Amino acid sequence: MSADLSPPVPRRSDHSPWNYLLLIPVVLPLLTFLYNSATPRLFGIPFFYWFQMLLAPIAVLASVSTFYLARRGTRRPGSAGREG
Amino acid sequence: MHVTELVITVILFALVTGVGFWAARWRRPPHLHSLDEWSLAGRTFGPWIGWFMLGGDLYTAYTFVAVPALLYGTGALGFYAIPYTAIEYPLVFLILIRLWSVCRTHGYVTPADYVRGRFGSPTLALAIALTGVVATMPYIALNLIGIQATLQVIGLNGHWPLIAAFIVLAAFTYRSGLRAPALIAFVKDVLVYLMIIVAIAYIPAHVGGWGHIFTVFNAHFTSVKPHTGLLLTSSNQAQYATLAFGSAAAIFLYPHAVTGVLSTRSRDVVKRSIAWLPVYSIVLGLIALLGAVALAAGIKPLASGGTANTNTIIPGLFESVFPHWFAGIAFATIIIGALVPSAVMSIAAANLFTRNIYKEYLRPHASDREQAEVSKVTSLVVKAGAVLFILGLQPQFSINLQLIGGVIILQTLPAVFVGLYTRWPHRAGLLAGWAAGLATGVAMLYVTGNPAAKQAHWGGSAFALSHLGFHTAVSMYTGFIAVVVNLLVTAIVTVAAKALRVPDGVDETAAADYYTDEADLPTQETEVIAA
Repeated sequence: MSADLSPPVPRRSDHSPWNYLLLIPVVLPLLTFLYNSATPRLFGIPFFYWFQMLLAPIAVLASVSTFYLARRGTRRPGSAGREG
Repeated sequence: MHVTELVITVILFALVTGVGFWAARWRRPPHLHSLDEWSLAGRTFGPWIGWFMLGGDLYTAYTFVAVPALLYGTGALGFYAIPYTAIEYPLVFLILIRLWSVCRTHGYVTPADYVRGRFGSPTLALAIALTGVVATMPYIALNLIGIQATLQVIGLNGHWPLIAAFIVLAAFTYRSGLRAPALIAFVKDVLVYLMIIVAIAYIPAHVGGWGHIFTVFNAHFTSVKPHTGLLLTSSNQAQYATLAFGSAAAIFLYPHAVTGVLSTRSRDVVKRSIAWLPVYSIVLGLIALLGAVALAAGIKPLASGGTANTNTIIPGLFESVFPHWFAGIAFATIIIGALVPSAVMSIAAANLFTRNIYKEYLRPHASDREQAEVSKVTSLVVKAGAVLFILGLQPQFSINLQLIGGVIILQTLPAVFVGLYTRWPHRAGLLAGWAAGLATGVAMLYVTGNPAAKQAHWGGSAFALSHLGFHTAVSMYTGFIAVVVNLLVTAIVTVAAKALRVPDGVDETAAADYYTDEADLPTQETEVIAA
């Protein structure tokens, strides 16, 4: 991964429009009326249960996308591409 | 006595003990004589270790046995852990990086350290620290209940196996600090994933398929407990949502969760670990469904001390459907699953004592080395205390305390989380809000009974709004109501204190401290050696 050589941004911020993606997994589970139903069933599992089990993958998707999308363009030298 | 299960459990436990002691040499530090090294592993963990570490820390043995037990006992309402653990990570994703940065800049070890620096009030910090200790102790005790339920199914009924397990845990935590649970978390998580994949692939078909399982589940609740069941009712939907949200807001206020976050190397590591942590919630969802499976399989809870212990249903289910050797692996998994969080919790509680009581009030000039020694010894005391909890008191008492713990830890939210974004609250306001939140929270828990369990008090965390004079059957999560009271009082007293020109504390943090990252810090000796 090549290091971004642009000078550091003087005033830092965590703001990014992509952060709003995080609202989806936070708000969706609170709307109980959306999923408080036995049907449609999936493999015999009532909707109430299988829908809520989908919330965790939705949370992963939302926060992982937020992480990578918000990072584009804001990366500073020194913080790039270190694994471990 | 189930000999095969016992032998396998003992072998795996011995393996993990070895890992725990060896961990002192892992990512070799120059020494372990500071809180940063002993209790935060040098603040050097990368995304993989961070993810395993936090997962191992947050998904406790109690979670594995209690979440399905809740579904088994209360139906749909017991599934709240699933939305709760889906909400928690996106909710704190942006908050925790600020906490990480400010703690890294100033070398804070506990959430109370941060509050002290931000609001310039040792008293407020003491309040936050005591809340953390009180909330954590019963949590450790509950992990012991997870171990105890498993030992009971294996056929070991005395107290000595539990005490022996905890002595071993105490010894390797004393020696290796946070490195021990972090390394054991790898073993634990591999075992957990193995156990769940096998359980979900094998058991439901064995019991008659999901359709049959949920037919039995529904029929059970329709006949036995008409007020709960397969779905939520009109009166408990608000409770379900507020319980999920309130629990999600509370979890990263627990000192052990903060310890896990502060052990990481950079903001990127925090974000990546947090972003991927809901993967554990997928597993938790599958584990929860085993509660319905156990009901359909006709598993009955074992009695302990005269009362049925529903926490035995998952070990009981494994015992009844798995071959002996695999049941042994599953039991060992639950026990090892208890060790990781218990170790981190005892470290976190010990740090609160060392930093916010010992150093603050007893020995202000204590050196790094002395602080590490005090924390190491205190971690032993904390574990001994948790064992005494279990031996001396009814398990129900620990469960009640844990219930209170969740409500009271949420009362540190205004000082810790709100404080990360604004310095507007006055220290007097935060202290008053904290006290008001605690008082209303505990009072609400006290007046809540549980007719099914014949308890007049401490019957649950669902506060019936009819107590306030509303003509409704609707309930809400006690902690949620209490934190709203807390925030209101904080705001009102802040306005009053500022109007009366009551002196406020000095903020030692600067705006830029909340964005500090790895690259801004001097390279650490430990990192060179670790590489």
